[in-house]
Amino acid sequence: MIRIQARTEPSSLMKVASPLLAILLTLIFGGILFSAIGKSPSQALHVLLIAPLADSYNIGEMFVKMGPLLLCAVGLSLCYRANMWNIGAEGQLLAGALGGSAMALYFIDSDSALALPITLLAGIASGMIWAAVPTFLKLRFNSNLILTTIMFNYIALYLLIWAVHGPLRDPQGFGFPESAMFTDATLLPTLFENSRIHLGIVFAILSGIIGWFILSKTHLGFQIRVFGADEPAARYAGFNSKKLSWFVMLFAGSLAGLAGVSETIGPIGQLVPNVSPGYGYSAIIVAYLGRLHPLGAIIAAVFMAVIYMGGDLAQIEMGIPVAVVSMFQGILLFFLLACDFFINNRLSFSNQATN
Amino acid sequence: MKTHNSVSRLELANITKQYPGCLANDNISLTLMPGEIHALLGENGAGKSTLVKTIYGVVAPDKGDIIWDGREVSIKSPSIARDLGIGMVFQHFSLFETLTVSQNIELCLSKAQLNNIGDLADRIKKLSAEYGLNVDPSRYIHSLSIGERQRVEIMRCLVQSVKLLILDEPTSVLTPQEVSGLFDVLRTLSKEGCSILFISHKLHEVTEICHKATILRGGKVVDTCIPNEETPATIAKMMVGELAEQEAGYIKREGTNVIFSVTNLSLPSKHPFGTALKDINLTLKAGEILGIAGVAGNGQDELMAIISGEDARNVKQAISLNNLDIGHLHAGERRKLGMAYVPEERLGRGAVPDMSLTENTLLTHSDGFVKNGLVQWQSIKNYTQTLITKYKVKCHGEFSEAKSLSGGNLQKFIMGREIGQNPKVLICAHPTWGVDVGAALAIHQALLELRDQGAAILLISEDIDELFLLADRMAAVCNGHLSPLVKTEHTNIDQIGQWMAGTFINNTSVCAQEQEAKA
Amino acid sequence: MDSDLIVQILFAAVKTGTPLLFIALGEVICEKSGILNLGQEGMMLMGAVVGFLAAYSTGNMGFGVLAAMIMGSTMSLIFAVLVLQLGANQVATGLALTIFGTGLSAFVGAGFVGQTIQGFPPIAIPLLSDIPYLGRILFNHDILVYFSFGMTAVLFYVVNKTRIGLTLKAVGENPNAANAIGIPVLKVRYLAIMFGGAMAGISGAYMSLVYTPMWVENMTAGRGWIALALVVFASWRIGRIMLGAYLFGLASIMHLVLQGMGWSISPNLLAMLPYVATVVVMVIISADHFKEKLLAPRSLGKPFDPRNMA
Repeated sequence: MIRIQARTEPSSLMKVASPLLAILLTLIFGGILFSAIGKSPSQALHVLLIAPLADSYNIGEMFVKMGPLLLCAVGLSLCYRANMWNIGAEGQLLAGALGGSAMALYFIDSDSALALPITLLAGIASGMIWAAVPTFLKLRFNSNLILTTIMFNYIALYLLIWAVHGPLRDPQGFGFPESAMFTDATLLPTLFENSRIHLGIVFAILSGIIGWFILSKTHLGFQIRVFGADEPAARYAGFNSKKLSWFVMLFAGSLAGLAGVSETIGPIGQLVPNVSPGYGYSAIIVAYLGRLHPLGAIIAAVFMAVIYMGGDLAQIEMGIPVAVVSMFQGILLFFLLACDFFINNRLSFSNQATN
Repeated sequence: MKTHNSVSRLELANITKQYPGCLANDNISLTLMPGEIHALLGENGAGKSTLVKTIYGVVAPDKGDIIWDGREVSIKSPSIARDLGIGMVFQHFSLFETLTVSQNIELCLSKAQLNNIGDLADRIKKLSAEYGLNVDPSRYIHSLSIGERQRVEIMRCLVQSVKLLILDEPTSVLTPQEVSGLFDVLRTLSKEGCSILFISHKLHEVTEICHKATILRGGKVVDTCIPNEETPATIAKMMVGELAEQEAGYIKREGTNVIFSVTNLSLPSKHPFGTALKDINLTLKAGEILGIAGVAGNGQDELMAIISGEDARNVKQAISLNNLDIGHLHAGERRKLGMAYVPEERLGRGAVPDMSLTENTLLTHSDGFVKNGLVQWQSIKNYTQTLITKYKVKCHGEFSEAKSLSGGNLQKFIMGREIGQNPKVLICAHPTWGVDVGAALAIHQALLELRDQGAAILLISEDIDELFLLADRMAAVCNGHLSPLVKTEHTNIDQIGQWMAGTFINNTSVCAQEQEAKA
Repeated sequence: MDSDLIVQILFAAVKTGTPLLFIALGEVICEKSGILNLGQEGMMLMGAVVGFLAAYSTGNMGFGVLAAMIMGSTMSLIFAVLVLQLGANQVATGLALTIFGTGLSAFVGAGFVGQTIQGFPPIAIPLLSDIPYLGRILFNHDILVYFSFGMTAVLFYVVNKTRIGLTLKAVGENPNAANAIGIPVLKVRYLAIMFGGAMAGISGAYMSLVYTPMWVENMTAGRGWIALALVVFASWRIGRIMLGAYLFGLASIMHLVLQGMGWSISPNLLAMLPYVATVVVMVIISADHFKEKLLAPRSLGKPFDPRNMA
């Protein structure tokens, strides 16, 4: 007889083991799925997980994808710790890409040393503005943050599409919906020769460390954690909830904006309609998989970047639709939430039947 | 007590229920005859609630038998219990505020019962007249006072011809006058042959109304008695084990200068079912305890929220500390000026359940522990250890999560944390609610010590006995009004009871609920 | 604008509002039981793709609708098990369901993009369709639109006049009390969630079988999210959901109206309109915090575990 029993104390082992278990279960599920559609599961999993790390070029591409995922996920981790349900990283990223690109185009004929920092700042500011509006609407008018941030994702997407069809379109681009290629003054330097790894990954890892420092070492971070874990206690203690809400939202917006501008002035080099393959949404999964811990997010972002790379390779090499990536992400989060049940509960095996 | 026949109404045999880390019921046996009013006594955590929930089918026992009217039954759900004729009035009412009285009652009835009854509203009116319950079937629950809500709960049981009525601490939410009304109803029911299982820890009530009593401690039956052959003191001894240190009385103090005051404070409620505050005036002197009595839900929460600043609406002129207007300041700023609070809800407000005691110290006590925005974790840890030692908080250590502490120990910790900030004014709500006798004593003494050091204490409590024990001056709240303040030695339980029912309010229409209840 | 154009616009508003009506009706029942399911978009997409595939491969439209409803329910069952049985966070689980549904629908439908089928034909209802103006706006639609009318009426009756509605409200207001008086809270919530899933499924099927009618990746374009806003807009009342759905429908075809008035604005900017409208409506509705607290199911989004009822 198997029974579920509540644990007297939460299991710290399960807190760490749960994401690993969730990944394992997702892989098993993936294997079954691939067999079901007539693909070899071992080959598919090899392409998804091993091939992305097989050579230096692929590893470099993995880091390129990891940057925006991690930047967004660190911001979201802080938001979710504070119970601010910001689903708007995607829109904030697109806004950063749009604002940064506009600035990069302004500097298209410039060789000023300030061009790059100003472009980056423009991207960061755009992301912050895109996060600020829903935050203001929530704090002032009590509107639902989940829904407004989602709506702002769609609005940012259509704004970006409008811009590449209109004001930011390359006049010499034969009518393609793309901006002109940016010039060296505004392009992010790459870290290694013959690789697309650029400064963005450094920003990302720094953001993870800063996020961790804020949460665990500062009084502000403590207040954020209390606010998220137990809002009545935060109000009782007299913490300024508006200040905390603004801080986490603007922090997340700035990082997502940085991710957006780093994509356009980094690996892409121009503004295109599909800047992001859903990084902002995947970052939600990364944040959860990293236990809403900024350092955990670094590890989770590596895994997610591998899956992204693997999804591309699987499409090229095995004809598996690239949508398999977001399907896996959803399943991963399902399994993670299910495994988390066992942090506070355990199975007990007994011979005695219950009444 | 009339015994209609010799078969017992209910017999429990060896009921056992294990929760993780706690044996709630340990081989409990108990017999109840028709028409018997039986008290179930014990401290918080003795297993009373678990036992009655077992009888009502909410909790499934691990072991043991239930015999109803002479045959063994298995009560798997409340609806089975109701079909047998068992009714229960919960401590935290199981009513739905957005529904009407008759909709609430309908939800408890099966289709067959509804068909038997016919017109439910008529039946409610008829029973209401018969038992003097004064329940109007068409009113919404949220418009009813606590006392009226309890009568709706009782009505819910009467409608289905109840043979056993279980009441879980029914008097803790009533004014003294309402209590005697309830007892009249219970006596009538008993004469008609209905058995009553009455949970309480107010011993003089038990000796007044109950025929028999069973005393639980640590999940076990430790004694049974005939209450009118005992005194409250002898029963208390059975409940607590060794004779608890009696709190006979403490010295009353005058207080010195007025340090804190609320002037002409009127405020509409923020919440749809909350209470508006109406022209509240109070003064608090350094070195005194001001006690505020009142039935829950009469504006205590709202008053506490506006005083603490958790309710952030600007009432600049209305609240002052040391002759300084503070009604416009944030809760955090008021704390910095020397105010501290012990909230009613200790887990989830006074302490963050999933955080360690060290973190929970930092929750309200950051002074000296934060440098340049950075938390000095080591020094908070050390300070937390001294708090644990000083207030004898039973826990594994400063790393223990708040939720792992018992209610009494957590309350001692919170009390110590707030007192440790040397507050000028301490606002304290229901400090010993649900706390065992030993912890209550420690908390009382900590409060008195703080008073004697010159702090002003505002004590909000539903427990009149506690207020008379501790408070130097007293008042009562009713429906958002605050009564005049009087010295404790110049008043008595009867007057405070009257005030809790709103008799001090000049304009009779504003406290219509209470007036109606007495009509 | 002449009256003919107005009638055409209103006709289109009803048609565009119908998928929103279906999904919002499902969600409101779910929310009334106290459960916030943010997986609407994912369930709707799965309903759309499975409905299309079933209808495409069997040639039977009714079968497509049925398959979509079953698919929607199945998706919602994953959510229900995680939230009700394992106590998972409702927001996170709902997001996972949307991400999963988005991916799975694209995966399943990859081979069918661009295929078309013959949608449901319009049926003019005798007599009613002859009513001037109103007849052409309301009674000249396909069978699913009439089904949505019927569904609205039935739900209005069930929620406001029956014991089922009373039980639903009780569970949504105070699950602990409901459990204490013996209402099977989890069962009620399972049923409410799965009903919501079925309605999301039929809403998706309406997109792929009637509205477009074809399968395109992400074809619901945020309607699942807009439906969530619609429920707040309607203050959890069935009648107002219908009104709101058609108003949102009108907002999404505003470009037709503006073109009709001779304006020319970039279609990409106009495409933002429904989302901007949603934000504006959310702000206006939620600004009255007091009222929203009064009307929202009180346990909405909060976890409930009957095992903790010690």
